[in-house]
Amino acid sequence: MQNPSAQTGMSGMSGTAAGAPASRRIIPIASAHSGAASAGGCSSSSCGSGEGPADMPAHIWEKVKDHPCYSSEAHHHFARMHVAVAPACNIQCNYCNRKYDCANESRPGVVSEKLTPEMAGKKVLAVAAEIPQLSVVGIAGPGDALANPAKTFKTFELIQQSAPDIKLCLSTNGLALPDHVETIKKFNVDHVTITINMVDPEVGQHIYPWIFHNHKRYHGLEAAKILHERQMLGLEMLTAAGILVKVNSVLIPGINDHHLKEVNKVVKAKGAFLHNIMPLISDPAHGTHFGLTGQRGPTAAELKALQDECEGDMKLMRHCRQCRADAVGMLGEDRSQEFTSDKLDAIAATYDPTARQAYRDFVEKERADQRAAEAEKKAGLAGASEKALVAVATKGGGRINQHFGHASEFQVYEVSAAGAKFVGHRKVEHYCAGGYEEEEAMPSILDALQDCAAVLVAKIGHCPMKELQAAGIEPVQDYAHEYIEASALAWFQQRLERRQGATSLVA
Amino acid sequence: MAYKINASACTACGACEQECPNDAIYEKNGLFAIKADGCTECIGHYDDPQCIAACPADCIVVDKSVPRYQA
Ligand code: SF4
Ligand code: SF4
Repeated sequence: MQNPSAQTGMSGMSGTAAGAPASRRIIPIASAHSGAASAGGCSSSSCGSGEGPADMPAHIWEKVKDHPCYSSEAHHHFARMHVAVAPACNIQCNYCNRKYDCANESRPGVVSEKLTPEMAGKKVLAVAAEIPQLSVVGIAGPGDALANPAKTFKTFELIQQSAPDIKLCLSTNGLALPDHVETIKKFNVDHVTITINMVDPEVGQHIYPWIFHNHKRYHGLEAAKILHERQMLGLEMLTAAGILVKVNSVLIPGINDHHLKEVNKVVKAKGAFLHNIMPLISDPAHGTHFGLTGQRGPTAAELKALQDECEGDMKLMRHCRQCRADAVGMLGEDRSQEFTSDKLDAIAATYDPTARQAYRDFVEKERADQRAAEAEKKAGLAGASEKALVAVATKGGGRINQHFGHASEFQVYEVSAAGAKFVGHRKVEHYCAGGYEEEEAMPSILDALQDCAAVLVAKIGHCPMKELQAAGIEPVQDYAHEYIEASALAWFQQRLERRQGATSLVA
Repeated sequence: MAYKINASACTACGACEQECPNDAIYEKNGLFAIKADGCTECIGHYDDPQCIAACPADCIVVDKSVPRYQA
């Protein structure tokens, strides 16, 4: 669309906190046609993304498109599960206390149900039978997957035999990684997550008190130096072998907050396709070194600022929920309690690969449809310089299909002429949880959504609607059960038109 | 002398069991223990007792009730 204000619009964008060129942040397929994918120096191998097919090379998209953790689009449609078969660890971290799950890769401060490889294999089959969305099984602890190589690889072997359509992934601190790259290849593991909190042992010595390597315990600077070298070697070996590598980093204010930009540069140069910066969760009750010494975690604003700064270099994962090591289900939910050991045999017996294929075919169509709808809406916004945050209540499937009062989290999208971009999720207490607790839940919900201009829901009651309006957040039910991205953009366009109608009042 | 596991601090992670060159560490009902007559303090295998170096909970201690291992 011709539009004389395009220039000012662009400079307005780049002056925002986001800082990144608009072309790097857009989601959908349309960018391929507009030529945006080739703008901004986005070299194909480093522009790995959690977003859509247009902003990454075809072979990477093919691998990640059904992975809920790696593709923010897939996280609406597919589920993951972790099996906690790996309790041992070979390093000590200052944010860890061995009584709980590994805080690198799992929800800090929780204890997962430990499984033998045989039990894990059975559980995977049961979950696959019950939840057709299950596409990925990961081993992320509760210790380090590769500090328990026999258990980890036995589990993979069993899953491959019984449910070969499931993708396998694992998480590791990287210390033992170079020893296992061959086996990882052999089992067709296509995603590995390495937690890299530093690329400088001087920084690392404040995070890792010791490591166990080569039959010896190393401390301090020496330990951090070995860990760093092993992480880099492992990362290089994996990318050389064509295995996707995601890097996780824990943001620890005062220790590696400034340094993580350097980490981002280094891991990108070495071929990582995604970088996930997670907040330190620190609580004295967890009994960790950092918890006890009063080391604080980052604020949401600090986290977002760093993510924004690094995103110019590489796509980041903003939908990570820091799941527990035995989580089951769609991201943001945990159905692990439905799959306790006594029920596994009965459920596993109902496993049916054709039903799973049918679900995948359905999703494939649905997603193409959603992208086309979004592209159409986006075209109508060309040239708009504003942007806004929109919260959405969804149960999955990429649709606005949840009642306001039933949401335990809202997904937040940034809408602008560049499209609707998923930027994060906000956990809240259910408005309807206990029947009478509504009054108590509402202030915290308003707080969680205070920077959002609207909340798109399937339905909402009269009282919360009024409270939202009073807080300047527009409750919107008009797009119930419709696609998220297209609806968010349609709402945005309407808002711009309403504004234009009232320009005489405010500049 | 051999080593023993302080069960109250042990998290049952199994890191020690994997490292023992003598297979002297075993799990029974979710608890790990060292067979005193199987433990050689790693002498002849490694410079350091592997279970102690590997244990993230630092809960493996000298078992004074047993005489020192003779290589
Ligand atoms: S000291 Fe060595 S031989 Fe003895 S239990 Fe520990 S690992 Fe095994
Ligand atoms: S390594 Fe330590 S914590 Fe783990 S099982 Fe052995 S004694 Fe227990």
